[in-house]
Amino acid sequence: MNAKVRKIIPQILTLAVVALIFGFFTINAQTNMENRGIEFGYGFLSQESSFDVQFSLIEYDGSHSYARAYLVGLLNTLLVAFIGIIISTILGVVIGIARLSPNYLIERSATFYVEFFRNIPLLLQIFFWYFAALRALPLPQDADAIMGVFFLTIKGLFVPRFVWENLDIFLYSILAAIISMIVIKNYARKLQENEGKQIPLLYISLGLFIILPLLTFLVGGVSLSFEIPVIKQLSTTSFVYEGGLGIPPELIALTLALALYTATFIAECVRAGIQGISKGQKEAAASIGLTPNQVLKLVIMPQALRIIIPPTTNQYLNLTKNSSLAAAIAYPDLVLVFAGTALMQTGRAIEIVSITMFTYLSISLSISVLMNWYNKRIAITEK
Amino acid sequence: MNPDKNNLNNYIYVGTSLFALAILDVFLSSFFQINITSFLPSFLSFIFPLIVGLLGLHLIRIEFSGIKKLDLINKNINTNTFNALLTLVIIFIIIKSIPPIMSWFIVDANISGDTKEACTGSGACWTYIKIWMRRFVYGMYPNELQWRINISFILLVALAFVGYIPSEKFKKFLTLYYVVIYPIIAFILIYYLISGGAFGLEWVETGAWGGLSLTFIVSFFCLIFCFPVGMFLALGRRSQLPTLKYISIGFIEFWRGVPLITVLFMSSVMFPMFLPEDFFMDKLVRVIIAISLFEAAYVAEVIRGGLQALPKGQYDAAKSLGMGYWKMHIFVILPQALKLVIPGIANTFLALVKDTPLIFVVGLLEIVGMLNLAKTNPKWLGFAMEGYVFAAIIFWIICYAMSKYSYNLELKYKTER
Repeated sequence: MNAKVRKIIPQILTLAVVALIFGFFTINAQTNMENRGIEFGYGFLSQESSFDVQFSLIEYDGSHSYARAYLVGLLNTLLVAFIGIIISTILGVVIGIARLSPNYLIERSATFYVEFFRNIPLLLQIFFWYFAALRALPLPQDADAIMGVFFLTIKGLFVPRFVWENLDIFLYSILAAIISMIVIKNYARKLQENEGKQIPLLYISLGLFIILPLLTFLVGGVSLSFEIPVIKQLSTTSFVYEGGLGIPPELIALTLALALYTATFIAECVRAGIQGISKGQKEAAASIGLTPNQVLKLVIMPQALRIIIPPTTNQYLNLTKNSSLAAAIAYPDLVLVFAGTALMQTGRAIEIVSITMFTYLSISLSISVLMNWYNKRIAITEK
Repeated sequence: MNPDKNNLNNYIYVGTSLFALAILDVFLSSFFQINITSFLPSFLSFIFPLIVGLLGLHLIRIEFSGIKKLDLINKNINTNTFNALLTLVIIFIIIKSIPPIMSWFIVDANISGDTKEACTGSGACWTYIKIWMRRFVYGMYPNELQWRINISFILLVALAFVGYIPSEKFKKFLTLYYVVIYPIIAFILIYYLISGGAFGLEWVETGAWGGLSLTFIVSFFCLIFCFPVGMFLALGRRSQLPTLKYISIGFIEFWRGVPLITVLFMSSVMFPMFLPEDFFMDKLVRVIIAISLFEAAYVAEVIRGGLQALPKGQYDAAKSLGMGYWKMHIFVILPQALKLVIPGIANTFLALVKDTPLIFVVGLLEIVGMLNLAKTNPKWLGFAMEGYVFAAIIFWIICYAMSKYSYNLELKYKTER
């Protein structure tokens, strides 16, 4: 009896406190909104936004709704996160392996990189790239072409744009190549398990991946040409690039800073993962006659990845959340477009901040759920 | 022509001189702009040191030569051609980058004078930092009152070292001191001395606080608050009472799922809506609460890791001695769990310090915010680089020192199992 009461009382107390706090906030919010004449609701999302966004992946201008502005911001955030994750993964893996290099100089340089970039606030790095480093670039009219087609100027990086014809056929061919690669891989595994035969899987897949898309160029009517940016004079002092693809300096600075910063953490994950595998594993694998490549592929990597992937996913999440620092240099991400401009215009603080937080929360939670599922799948089943 | 031990001396002689020639070539071109291979075509001249250096390193790659130093070099930087190539590239990059960095930082830099015009060199303009130093450290805090900040910080640092003084007899009160008394003293000091408004001290509003001192104030209070909150959340998440458990989980996952910048947005634009109309809460206080709650969620997860890592036997043993929930945790579980998570906690605190510049979102200008303000000053345009380098050096020193300290702490408390 006594024990039961002791279990129930703290729970009731906590619930009461939480309910009180929430109730207090709700009542205050209601009176505050009544006093200011605001009505709570998400109806404003379909209203015309009447503000412009500098950089957008989808068609957008002031006549579109707030909901579309939200989508623009979200896509821009995801774009930065996507590019940042790719660059930081490549860099992180290279640096992480370099930190374990037997070469003293390489190991030291990798350590220097990690210690240097990890200990400086990300915001400061973003500011440095945007306000100090990229501002030192030449004006559009003074810029020299890199390899004849790239132009790196203070207004951003201008690269050739791909002009596709029948792009869908090309994409289908890539899809077909991937599917046939999976089929062949399964077949090869079965063949090895049942008959002990091996087929040159790598060459077959590579061949498929190159030949199938290539065929579409020859037979499928797919063609690819480049539209090279050309400088054009508007007036005596103002020049712009026409054609090609312009990457704004905000995007460059943000992605660069995020990638360099996150790479240090990924490098540490990779290092810990590789170090976490005992030497005995490698020796045992070698002693049963596996080649060094097979040792890496069949014994080391499956175990190392089990240690590396969970913390690395965490870093990807951090990178996505850190991309919200874009607001500091006016890159139009979710926070700047929606929690900044849209909030200023509508004054609907509660609705907009809650939508923004909910968006980030759902990205984080869905990745967490995926991660838990993955962890369960790869966990070593002990006897 | 693989080098072997038969002509050891010849190989070493030729190899080292080739290697030295490569280094010399890069050194001369980097420090004195002399190109000793100018008779070659420009591309060949460019990769000349690489080829010569590779050849030299190849010639001295002799296994078990019997010379200790040579074996050491070969083992560490010269195991194969690829390694030798990387070694050379790194050495060349270092040599090449020394002169421009030195000239920017020291040789061509200026520090004298009081105006922008004093900066005539092509290097950094440290005059800018010198003139703005007070603003970078104290923000908009009035110049004649800055002694108050200095005294508070000196007192706080001195009080933090109290733990080293007392004898064994008082050691048991140390935890109480650090967890309860010290934060209270710190709060009183900052409230009365820095903020003022009592004892004849002039009141300085928090909007005027700024610079490095604000960075310290914010990180200090957030550190103090987030730790106990995080500890309770961790215990709550591992609790057997379902309400407590799920409330803790919800709280932790919520804060961990959102970026700090939206939390700060919330504290500045959304939170006032949730308060009674005549109730005023200072911006700085709101920010400190927001960051503390945010970091508490991370601290909670770190501590939970420590709690989970303890063997179940520890719990069983404590219970079998008749200890209750709190006694068990205070005397048996937490001391061991916290010891385990020192590195994790230190990482969270480091992240906290690195996150403080974000408070610019609500208009509080700590050092990075002050830099952005200073670089838009019409009298001092064009010195963004100097400012950011200066702030980067300061943050780097703080963060590096913290991580080294935590590493030492980890070694100190490492108990053999």
